[in-house]
Amino acid sequence: MPKLKSLLDLEELRKGIIASKDPSKQCITICSGTGCHAYASEKVADTFASELEQQGLSEKIDLRRTGCHGFCERGPIVVIFPDEICYLSVKPDDVSEIVSETLVGKKIIERLLYVGDDGKPITHENDIPFYKHQIRLVFGDNRLINPQSIEDYIGLGGYEALGKVLFEMTPEDVIEVVKKANLRGRGGGGFPAGIKWETTRNAPGDAKYVIVNADEGDPGAYMDRSLLEGNPHSVLEGLMIGAYAIGANQGYIYVRQEYPLAVENVGVAIEQMREYGLLGEKILGTGFDFDVIVHRGAGAFVSGESSALMTAIEGRVGEPRPKYIRTAVSGIHGRPSNLNNVETWSNVPLIIKHGAKWFGGIGTEGSKGTKIFSLVGKVNNTGLVEVPMGMPLRDIIYNIGGGIRGDKKFKAVQTGGPSGGVIPESLLNLPVDFDELSKAGSMMGSGGMIVMDEDTCVVDVARYFLDFLADESCGKCIPCREGIQQMLVVLNRICEGTGREEDLDTLADLGDMMRDCALCALGQSAPNPVLSTIQYFKEEYEEHIQNHRCPAGVCKELINYYIDPEKCQACMICMRNCPVGAIDGGKNIVHVVIQEKCTKCGTCLEVCPPRFGAVSKLSGVEIPEAAAGGIKVR
Amino acid sequence: MSTEEREKQNSSERQTRRAVSDRRVEGVTQPIAPAVEAARQVELTINGQAVEAWEGMTLLQAAQSVGISIPTLCHHKELSTYGACRLCSVEVIRGRRSRIVASCIYPVEDGIEVLTESEKVAKHRKIILELIQARWPWVDKELLEKYGAQPGRFEEKTDFCILCGLCVRYCTEVKKANCLGFVGRGAERQIVIYPERAIEMCPTCEGGNMGCRSVCPTGTMPNEFAHTGPRFGKKLPLAYPVKSYSEDNVREVLHTVGDWRMPWVRSQTMPGK
Repeated sequence: MPKLKSLLDLEELRKGIIASKDPSKQCITICSGTGCHAYASEKVADTFASELEQQGLSEKIDLRRTGCHGFCERGPIVVIFPDEICYLSVKPDDVSEIVSETLVGKKIIERLLYVGDDGKPITHENDIPFYKHQIRLVFGDNRLINPQSIEDYIGLGGYEALGKVLFEMTPEDVIEVVKKANLRGRGGGGFPAGIKWETTRNAPGDAKYVIVNADEGDPGAYMDRSLLEGNPHSVLEGLMIGAYAIGANQGYIYVRQEYPLAVENVGVAIEQMREYGLLGEKILGTGFDFDVIVHRGAGAFVSGESSALMTAIEGRVGEPRPKYIRTAVSGIHGRPSNLNNVETWSNVPLIIKHGAKWFGGIGTEGSKGTKIFSLVGKVNNTGLVEVPMGMPLRDIIYNIGGGIRGDKKFKAVQTGGPSGGVIPESLLNLPVDFDELSKAGSMMGSGGMIVMDEDTCVVDVARYFLDFLADESCGKCIPCREGIQQMLVVLNRICEGTGREEDLDTLADLGDMMRDCALCALGQSAPNPVLSTIQYFKEEYEEHIQNHRCPAGVCKELINYYIDPEKCQACMICMRNCPVGAIDGGKNIVHVVIQEKCTKCGTCLEVCPPRFGAVSKLSGVEIPEAAAGGIKVR
Repeated sequence: MSTEEREKQNSSERQTRRAVSDRRVEGVTQPIAPAVEAARQVELTINGQAVEAWEGMTLLQAAQSVGISIPTLCHHKELSTYGACRLCSVEVIRGRRSRIVASCIYPVEDGIEVLTESEKVAKHRKIILELIQARWPWVDKELLEKYGAQPGRFEEKTDFCILCGLCVRYCTEVKKANCLGFVGRGAERQIVIYPERAIEMCPTCEGGNMGCRSVCPTGTMPNEFAHTGPRFGKKLPLAYPVKSYSEDNVREVLHTVGDWRMPWVRSQTMPGK
């Protein structure tokens, strides 16, 4: 492969790639992101390959395994170009039909299409409500390119921004543009990237580093993963632009070892860049040298904190250190180091290409551009969504997410992962941006959005996140290590029905101290799930403490299963299914749950035929005494 | 760049990395002593008192230089800064912005106002003391009373070690012996002794006096390896006295260790119980 020695070489290569592609040629794209992969998209792709081979169509029709399309709920996703026919939940058995009907016969298979609310099928991806309300600036190319092909990326204008920067702009210009665009860090804090870059550039020292933080670890969040898996070159291009602006010649990508596909695709991307001379010395014939090392994380959540991440890159235990002197001044090996999140880097080429003004036109006053959210939990359409900053939560959950699953009632949405908080229904019209979420007691975080319905107990949710953090705190400072453990003790007590009057004050005091005194952002934000649930759902905590009642019926110690003797038809189904033999009764004799034996697994409730509906969950009330000797079914 | 060249660069990168990490020890973020060359004078106020300090000093050093005392636990002037116990947290006000910082690491800045005993600081320090007390019930009474800490507010998780890391830093930085280290994360965090290093290094340490014991504020470090336990009523940040030592004891204890997790900490009955 010839090395690219000038801007002209890159442009020639791009022209060649574009010329070699016939836009009217049919192309089957199959989402190979992690979600679809779990739905066996690889098998679908293999079946397509062999089917095309068998029918002698391999030359006529292209097959492309792309990055994540986002609509993970309905994977594997197959989109057929140039008509952009979108088939959802495609199984290997559907493949031969798709080839003969759609590709050869030009007919659409209706049963594989998305069916809208009005019952009408929707043919094109962009017309599906899930996609229609999104603006996919960063994530959009995922569905068009094969992440393991640098040519695909270059064909779509890849590395054009890098060329522009190297040949037309000074480093100061680049920083100025990024500052003007007001690009804020997508990793959680929302710190303005341009200012961070400037600090790093101005910090004394010859060797400087740029780092991609791909240590995404929030439960339920996978947008950085999908971006790095699906379009690694966009991240690398952003990183190189940043390196040029800052004056760094060495980059690091800190990626979780638990993301094997991301590790693989980034590795392939870097190899391809080296082959084309886009990494190494004298890039595109200029004086700019740059190389990247991939550092695989060893499974510590706290390593996503910037100073801990840098300590880990140095080869030591990933533990945060005080940042009174910023990492932009003293980071890896005490040298100026600029760290940004995957999504932040990925925004950079777009800003360079289209300008700060264009970027500033999207979003709200304080938060510009778009943000990718991982919309999960009890919504109908789970997946990755990219929306302009400022879109109300309600629109994301109802228009894109398609509302709550099973027609349940919305209760709250948790944003920002373990560091974030919950937002109740009364704030559903909140425009989603960095500042509004913080004001509501939550945070943007890296973009996790977990939707909860009425069957969720907020105390239990708070306990879940604290439990996660108790394991993931590095344990260095007392506020975080001891504070989380003691908060967990209190929460466990509340969930078990032995909560005390003063518990809410204790939690508030602890949380207040941790926010102010903990060493790093993990500890400072650890109380958020607790404090925000207390803020919005205080009465639910009080129900647990005072009435020993869990309104959502989640906390095991506070619920009992009860069979209504009026409704029970003595069908024996629950008796047979109870794993611990805790149901008494018999043929024609009304069943009774023996509370002492019951492990509260809920099997009886699940198996009781809906037409009887005799089993119910009780909380905070006395269980009616069962009649001695059993009652006969009427 | 050819593969060979790249390999060369990578290896030199690795070497620099190693050289740099060798110079730096666990947790060090800045020089402890004021930078000698071109140290600039900095003016700030602490509890309303004007204080002159040198650039590179910490708030704690500046406070101590004028006789203002701030309680500390994981700090030792001969060791690198660590900033883990947060007992030395103080309030720093710049203009209208106030924040809580750890005074043992926070560098002095021109024009800041430092409050070492503000309402907020006292409130936080009280909870931190209560948390320490839950783990190590022998915290100095005077200190507890001063901040109105309520012993027993939090569930007791009694353990001798409060993970201040002084022994680890002492062994690593002063003795360069590397016998001690941390393992585990979060609630599982522990200090462990590496027997193979300890057998070799401890008998020669401070003429057999095991220097790490002299910095341990809780008496967790094995004293003569003879299960003496902590002393009652000792001030929290005080050093624990070193007692006589015999080489045989080290050998004996280390051999009975089995796994490295300091069984003398776990298996011993707690004093006062």
